[in-house]
Amino acid sequence: MIPPSFTYVRATSVDEALGLAAEHGEDAKYLAGGQSLLPLMKLRFAAPVVLIDLGRVTELSYIRDAGTYVAIGALTRHHDVANSELLLADIPLLAHTAEAVGDPQIRHRGTIGGSVAHADAAADLPATLLALDATFVVKGPSGTRPVPAAEFFKGFFETALEPGELLTEIQVPKPARPAAWSFQKFNKRAIDFAMVGVAVQGTSVALINMGSVPLRATAVESALAAGASVADAAQRAAEGTSAGSDIHASRAYREHLARVLVRRALEEASSRS
Amino acid sequence: MKVELTVNGKDITADVEDRTLLVHFLRDVADLTATNIGCDTTSCGACTVLLDGESVKSCTVLAAQADGRAVTTLEGLASDAGEMHPVQRAFHEEHGLQCGYCTPGMVMAIVSLLKENPSPTETEVRQGLEGNICRCTGYHNIVRAALAAAASSGEGASR
Repeated sequence: MIPPSFTYVRATSVDEALGLAAEHGEDAKYLAGGQSLLPLMKLRFAAPVVLIDLGRVTELSYIRDAGTYVAIGALTRHHDVANSELLLADIPLLAHTAEAVGDPQIRHRGTIGGSVAHADAAADLPATLLALDATFVVKGPSGTRPVPAAEFFKGFFETALEPGELLTEIQVPKPARPAAWSFQKFNKRAIDFAMVGVAVQGTSVALINMGSVPLRATAVESALAAGASVADAAQRAAEGTSAGSDIHASRAYREHLARVLVRRALEEASSRS
Repeated sequence: MKVELTVNGKDITADVEDRTLLVHFLRDVADLTATNIGCDTTSCGACTVLLDGESVKSCTVLAAQADGRAVTTLEGLASDAGEMHPVQRAFHEEHGLQCGYCTPGMVMAIVSLLKENPSPTETEVRQGLEGNICRCTGYHNIVRAALAAAASSGEGASR
């Protein structure tokens, strides 16, 4: 399969990328690692007229200790997030989630910012960043603005990014107890997207593929805060969710998986810390 | 657009369509057909090659993205004198292939894996190959080959 025709342009800096986006308007789409976008283009689900390749915008590939948080350039690859000594020590949930994305070949190309901006409801990193209360730094023609993860994801493949804006940095607060993490993903084959997934950091719980966007399991979180046991709190994992039914699983089965995986994740997180 | 890639140490310049995928560049322009096209959807790993030394699925990389970079395909592994790469030799000795279709991708994925982790455990090999599918289900011997290659490279030991 070959993608539909497009014009390829290449940016080497953030400013150049924003300039190219302004020049080409809504016909253009940013290309980061391409591990989600290129397959969608081959299947004709996406057909941008212009692709702005960000692969050489090296200024957006970094992982920096910023004291209370870690700043990650949007073009940092999953492979580098997964192997970061800083993240493995201070935010292991994020490093281990990156390790769970796709397969080694995909992790050599795919980027954290690409995954966030693509906003697939079944993707791993958005839910983990939601559980970690990350902030996304967005740069556009009118300046830079921070968007909390809780306000970033708007719907299936839809985000708070305005046309021409570029996600430049992900800021992830260091959790008080880094070891209290768990990442659970249920799928049929190793490289499949999660049928349902759960990211836990302390008592923060986020769900993958239980709606059109990554969701916080607020009923579980409130139950835990009110002193409920892990088993009782996990029973409320599907409350407030809107999982779909498809060839892989019915809605009822996804809700069941959410309850089971939340329990396992909370148990694992508390056993680690 | 004009792209210039270093493939197996040789510079190849060509004028290609912007949408040309790396795998098509390798097969149709560079005339290197060891790299197979399997699923075409970033799932099976048959098209795995090394880009600047790291495994990638060449059906999901544009030739334009690889412009100016170094690509290694299966054809680039053996020495100039024709001596097989340790991973190739291990596949031969451990009967790591049946129909052979997935083999070039498997070999390249293992070369990349062993570069990052020279003495992997069996579990690490299996996890490291999660992006490669063998339709003959010949996984046991493929994993054995990976472990044998690691052991033959000196450092490794099958744990």
